[in-house]
Amino acid sequence: MVGGADKPKTIHPLFVRVTHWVNAFAIFVMVLSGWRIYNASPIFGFEFPKDFTLGGWLAGALAWHFAAMWLLALNGFAYLAYGLVSGHFRRSFLPISLRGAFDDVFLAMRGLLHHAPGRYNAAQRVSYIAVILAVIVAILSGLAIWKPVQLQTLTAALGGYEAARRVHFFAMAAIVAFLVVHIGLAVSVKGILAAMFTGRAEAPR
Amino acid sequence: MKPPRSKRLSAFRPQIARLERRLFLKQGLSLGALSLLSGCTLKDDDAVDRLLIALSRFNDKMQAALFDPSKLAPTYTEAEITTPFPFNAYYEEKDIPRIDGESYRLQLSGLIADKRPWSLSELRALPQSSQITRLVCVEGWSAIGNWRGVAFRHFLERIGADLTARYVGFKCADKYYSSIDMPSALHPQTLLALDFTDAKYGYPLRLRLPTKLGFKNPKFIGEIFVTNDYPGGYWEDKGYNWFSGS
Ligand code: HEM
Repeated sequence: MVGGADKPKTIHPLFVRVTHWVNAFAIFVMVLSGWRIYNASPIFGFEFPKDFTLGGWLAGALAWHFAAMWLLALNGFAYLAYGLVSGHFRRSFLPISLRGAFDDVFLAMRGLLHHAPGRYNAAQRVSYIAVILAVIVAILSGLAIWKPVQLQTLTAALGGYEAARRVHFFAMAAIVAFLVVHIGLAVSVKGILAAMFTGRAEAPR
Repeated sequence: MKPPRSKRLSAFRPQIARLERRLFLKQGLSLGALSLLSGCTLKDDDAVDRLLIALSRFNDKMQAALFDPSKLAPTYTEAEITTPFPFNAYYEEKDIPRIDGESYRLQLSGLIADKRPWSLSELRALPQSSQITRLVCVEGWSAIGNWRGVAFRHFLERIGADLTARYVGFKCADKYYSSIDMPSALHPQTLLALDFTDAKYGYPLRLRLPTKLGFKNPKFIGEIFVTNDYPGGYWEDKGYNWFSGS
């Protein structure tokens, strides 16, 4: 099929779109129930506002957390396997350039960054790889505090139970920080949100 | 989601658990099978609760599969012990049961050959061992403590408990109750603890197993029973995951 000027082309493969939205759901459940679990024994001197948490009380929050973790892990694994095997990661995320990412951020702040459909800019590439790593760290540190006896090697590698709890918290914080910017841009840059559902870029006018 | 939802979750948990156990033997964990029950006990808007309960039962199975009966929990030095050790119960510290050690008798029931009650001095006459391990609470905090008592495996063998049974249950003087799976009961670090920092942590007898969360370590134990019928527990019936392994 030859894409004509008015023929919209697929910029997000179906597999990526499905796993992206499943992941978004799983992350929201994990974060909001995680905040309720945190409140049961806050590590730092604050609590999350109850109305922004999921589960009602500790048992409900834990039930959500330990249910959605399977969705997060299995879906994440599928996404990673697809991204690596299909060449999607290589095509969409490489090459990465930290310098380019900084330049893009400054351009974006001055309103000069052009979003080309189907091509991630340097800042997107770096932040997507970073958030994927943050989710992996969240899963590993989550396993370490869920099973500090059975998976004690993992727990020890993260500095022990109490340290792993903090690693888990900061992985969440990194994901949430990413999401604030990510969602902010997704709803403000014209056309990109719809494309993440349909897969197709709007035909250029 | 407000507390009432979670209360509903807890109210149906025992029924679900019983039904699910029966079904699981025949056809595995199927949500379709669980929804058959919805006509009689569950409300229409409880689909999410049922899904969460089913996944909690699934997590019981995954944790049982992950449990390595010979894997030991890390131990610590005396210098690492947490002082003061946090007091934690469903009631306040002033409401702990006061038990007279002289007249205390541990009751036994269920699938046990010799159900004769035990006095404290008889329990103390059995071989004692101690451990310094980390107690991890379901709330997230943890503390390192020192416990000393009878290896639970030794005790279960001694009383002729059916070691092929599925559950060991505990009834406590503070109206608390809980239960654990037999493989965890037989783990080398599972202790029937007689000595610990202070009476408020469960005098005269408590269970200590570092392979499970704190709430699976019942205090002020009055009776131990062995059974194949899911006994649940105080927090478990309110919605905490039953296996809750560490
Ligand atoms: C409501 C929440 C979310 C919205 C609205 C959203 C929106 C989007 C959009 C529009 C894109 C495409 C960007 C473009 O075409 O330039 C995208 C890609 C992406 N998003 Fe999200 N997202 C959400 C949640 C998440 C979450 C929770 C994560 C990870 C924790 C995430 C990670 C990613 C990644 C890694 C990509 C690149 C996907 C690929 O091509 O492999 N997103 N998102």
